[in-house]
Amino acid sequence: MFDGRNEAAPQDSRTYPALSVENLTVEFPSRRGVLTAIDDVSMEIHRGEILGVVGESGAGKSITGLAVLGLLEAPGRVAGGSITVGGRRVDGLTEAELTKVRGREMGAIFQDPLTALNPLFTVGAQLVETIRLHTDLDKAQAREKALDLLREVGIPAPEDRLKQYPHQFSGGMRQRVVIALALAADPQLIIADEPTTALDVSIQAQIIALLRRLCEDYGTGIMLVTHDMGVIAETADRVAVMYSGKVIESGPVEDVIHKPHHPYTQGLMNAIPSLHERVEELEQIDGSMPRLAARPGGCSFHPRCPHAGPRCRKQMPPLVPVDNAMAACWLQQGGTEL
Amino acid sequence: MTAALSIKGMSKTFDVSAPWLNRVLEGRERQFVKAVSDVSFDVTEGSCFSIVGESGCGKSTVARLVTGLYRPTAGAVNFTDRDGRRLRVQMIFQDPHSSLNPRWRVGDIIAEPIHELQLRDSRAKTKQRVAELLEIVGLSAEDAVKFPHEFSGGQRQRISIARALASEPDLLVCDEPTSALDVSVQAQILNLMRRLQKELGLTYLFISHDLSVVRHMSDHIAVMYLGRIIEQAKVETLFQRPLHPYSKLLLDTIPDIHAPHRAKDSQAGEPPSPLNPPPGCAFHPRCPFANERCRHEEPDLLEHVQDVVVACHAVEEGRL
Repeated sequence: MFDGRNEAAPQDSRTYPALSVENLTVEFPSRRGVLTAIDDVSMEIHRGEILGVVGESGAGKSITGLAVLGLLEAPGRVAGGSITVGGRRVDGLTEAELTKVRGREMGAIFQDPLTALNPLFTVGAQLVETIRLHTDLDKAQAREKALDLLREVGIPAPEDRLKQYPHQFSGGMRQRVVIALALAADPQLIIADEPTTALDVSIQAQIIALLRRLCEDYGTGIMLVTHDMGVIAETADRVAVMYSGKVIESGPVEDVIHKPHHPYTQGLMNAIPSLHERVEELEQIDGSMPRLAARPGGCSFHPRCPHAGPRCRKQMPPLVPVDNAMAACWLQQGGTEL
Repeated sequence: MTAALSIKGMSKTFDVSAPWLNRVLEGRERQFVKAVSDVSFDVTEGSCFSIVGESGCGKSTVARLVTGLYRPTAGAVNFTDRDGRRLRVQMIFQDPHSSLNPRWRVGDIIAEPIHELQLRDSRAKTKQRVAELLEIVGLSAEDAVKFPHEFSGGQRQRISIARALASEPDLLVCDEPTSALDVSVQAQILNLMRRLQKELGLTYLFISHDLSVVRHMSDHIAVMYLGRIIEQAKVETLFQRPLHPYSKLLLDTIPDIHAPHRAKDSQAGEPPSPLNPPPGCAFHPRCPFANERCRHEEPDLLEHVQDVVVACHAVEEGRL
């Protein structure tokens, strides 16, 4: 999974992976003690690659994205590990330094395009401001670039659209504007957190196709955070499955979807109703993800796991290579007995 | 096979005009939205009838019309009598966070319909019934003294179901009951709903935008677009051979984990605003088969083959 990480001294930032996260730990100090939201997570995204980060609510997938962007809300903090965007360490930067990196080196697309845009300014003004903040273009050039970007993301009649306000756009068109904003400074990495969840299926398919095309054309690395396995299957090259603050399985998308190794991934795949055949009863994973303050010891999936043994209750399994992928489960590592 | 619920030519128009003073000052007309127009369908007793469509197509309005939360502008909702009494209807809402009163204990929430309809004549019997309902939906009797915030999303949806069952309904209207839940929890709730349907002989009217959930749950399916039913068929038939171009578009664009269509170019276009629907067939601006007739004349819902009704000129003329 982490092939080619330490090869030859790179000439410029473009030869580094778009994102490299190593042993990231995120903590939230609270009155009841320190809660570990992200526990020793590593992942890498190459240029032109889409990594799907999938998991149910509370798995820590959005927190991972926010930590990379340096947008963790206090008291949340990166307590360990490193985040490197295009060869540059971004964890531990001051807010002023971060402001320069954010937008220029990494863009963000969030779920709700209406809150990501300022309702009081025209779309054109917001695009021009973003472009001028991150590049040396003058106002006229920035406007040209804004027009190009709108064309690029598939907005018809961009000249007219520049003068319009966000409320005059439909949901799908608004999300396209947000994507244009994220692309404004030609970043190396885009964090897309549930970019299609608020959209209808026919619009969702358009946005997915757009993201894939941009990723190929611009060579941008995309971290696609979503709960929707279908979107991952359609979009991502590789996938990391998160559960309870850890990556429990990762690998090429076909391998993880068709031959999942971790019992959680298996359960997750079987719980999705099929479009092709009808079963009497869906396979269900009993219970729900443990709350942050009440994570069990050992493998945090063991209370819901049909294969759990004594070892699972005591020790957390490490993420190790299994076939083409990586999985964190004792079943693949000498059994669940102690 | 009797119809538990029969809807004939139901329409609902909302007045979305600006306030009177604005209209006078700005010289604007009154404005109306036809959220649902001329919708008819029958739901067979003991079956699950689903309505699918994208946001703004009017599917939730149909749910609210059936439960009486809205009054139809035209048309009628008819419930069959069962054993000399009218069919009882209950509704399950999408968001289990806002549909339960956070200040009430779970026991009181579930007991309210029992008190209201005087289904039990003593406190002790009500309490016993609440315990029974909690166990039916997979919670425990001790949960009655807890508050909603002590439960997870899936458990809260179980409480909603218990409350709906408290009035001993025959028909449950489920408006996106699993959309706010995670997949693993969604499977639990769908299995529970199927089990309850079998054990209690319930009839479901199921509203959803998720085609895979609809395929799993339903017997009959109606596809809505901009306030109208555009295709209605048995679920197997529709999934194997969708006729209307919009049904095809929906089935083609839904992400499929087993057979992703990554190479496929997605069709352009967006649903038009219900405030200003296009003339003729509402789907014509996005339809690759649209011709002059589609742009001017609204297609009727016609029976194409047995048990399949479609509103499309292209299908009717055999162009498709």
